[in-house]
Amino acid sequence: FMQRGLDSQTKKQLEEEEKKIISEEHWYLDVPDLKEKESCIIEERSFLRCEDLVYGRMSFKGFNPEIEKLMIKMNSKCKEEEIEEDDKMEADVSDEEMARRYETLVGTIGKKFLRKRDQRVLKDDDEDDEVEEGNSNIRPSKRAKKMFLKPQD
Amino acid sequence: AAPQGRLLCGPGLRRSGAGLLVTKCGLLRHRPAGGGAYWVDSQQKRYVPVKGDHVIGIVTAKAGDVFRLDVGGSEPASLSYLAFEGATKRNRPNVQVGDLIYGQFVVANKDMEPEMVCIDSSGKSSGMGIIGQDGFLFKVSLGLIRKLLAPKCEIIQELSQLYPFELVLGMNGRIWVKAKTVQQTLIIVNILEACEYMTAEQRRQALAKLSGN
Repeated sequence: FMQRGLDSQTKKQLEEEEKKIISEEHWYLDVPDLKEKESCIIEERSFLRCEDLVYGRMSFKGFNPEIEKLMIKMNSKCKEEEIEEDDKMEADVSDEEMARRYETLVGTIGKKFLRKRDQRVLKDDDEDDEVEEGNSNIRPSKRAKKMFLKPQD
Repeated sequence: AAPQGRLLCGPGLRRSGAGLLVTKCGLLRHRPAGGGAYWVDSQQKRYVPVKGDHVIGIVTAKAGDVFRLDVGGSEPASLSYLAFEGATKRNRPNVQVGDLIYGQFVVANKDMEPEMVCIDSSGKSSGMGIIGQDGFLFKVSLGLIRKLLAPKCEIIQELSQLYPFELVLGMNGRIWVKAKTVQQTLIIVNILEACEYMTAEQRRQALAKLSGN
């Protein structure tokens, strides 16, 4: 019953012997390792990386509008740093316009959520504003919300 | 003295050991920005394909799935029909022999045939592809092309004041011009060819005469 164990042992021995033979036959360099020089120089054969060349396709005075758009896109890619500094100029909507927009926007959306009574009051407001400005003294009484009147005995 | 960081040595310079060797004659230029770069500004008429360069090529043959383009180098470059924007096996680009193509090199070394593509790394054409009908193609020296492609080139700025036209510059020395009439096109061609050897003064005089006409 020991035969299998013996076989594995002999197998191992044989393997080790084989490995020894193989490793002795391997060639190896008897030379000390050369230090790899760290090169600080990159070789480049294209002029594109050295000089700041513009994109080769150009169009002037609106001859080809697609290429003019492309020109702006390509040349702005190179000069991204300058554009980042001038953020104010680049805004599509100016600050004033934004403020105006917000004023009216808040008003219109706010109206949606008013109760019916308040909506009627608002509507009167608008009509009055459009029609007359002089008679504003009379109107305030009407403008005031109709409070609940206690029934008189 | 070894500088800190990586130094770019451009065309005309070659690294040998720890130093640099000059391989072309010309003016040594230096750019201090971006880690420093040195290169030799030389003049030549013959183009050697370089990876990443945008060039104008002429289709000379269609060989199965690949077009052969003449770019002015020692070998014709190859361009696969799938290298166009929106091209698939069923949807082939309409390229005929004799067409002009604006593309960039993706493989270009002295051991292999140069290969071109008409899309960039993100898959968009960004101006590359077949150049349209009409127009005029002519050849100039490589130094002039680099002068014209410099940012804020005076020649281009002065020409753009004259009349509307379209211009494609290839790094292989080829320029394609298209304007509204044949006469305008030829005027622009003549100016571009001659401005290599004209001083700024002469150029302005010539342009003033033209805009007076």
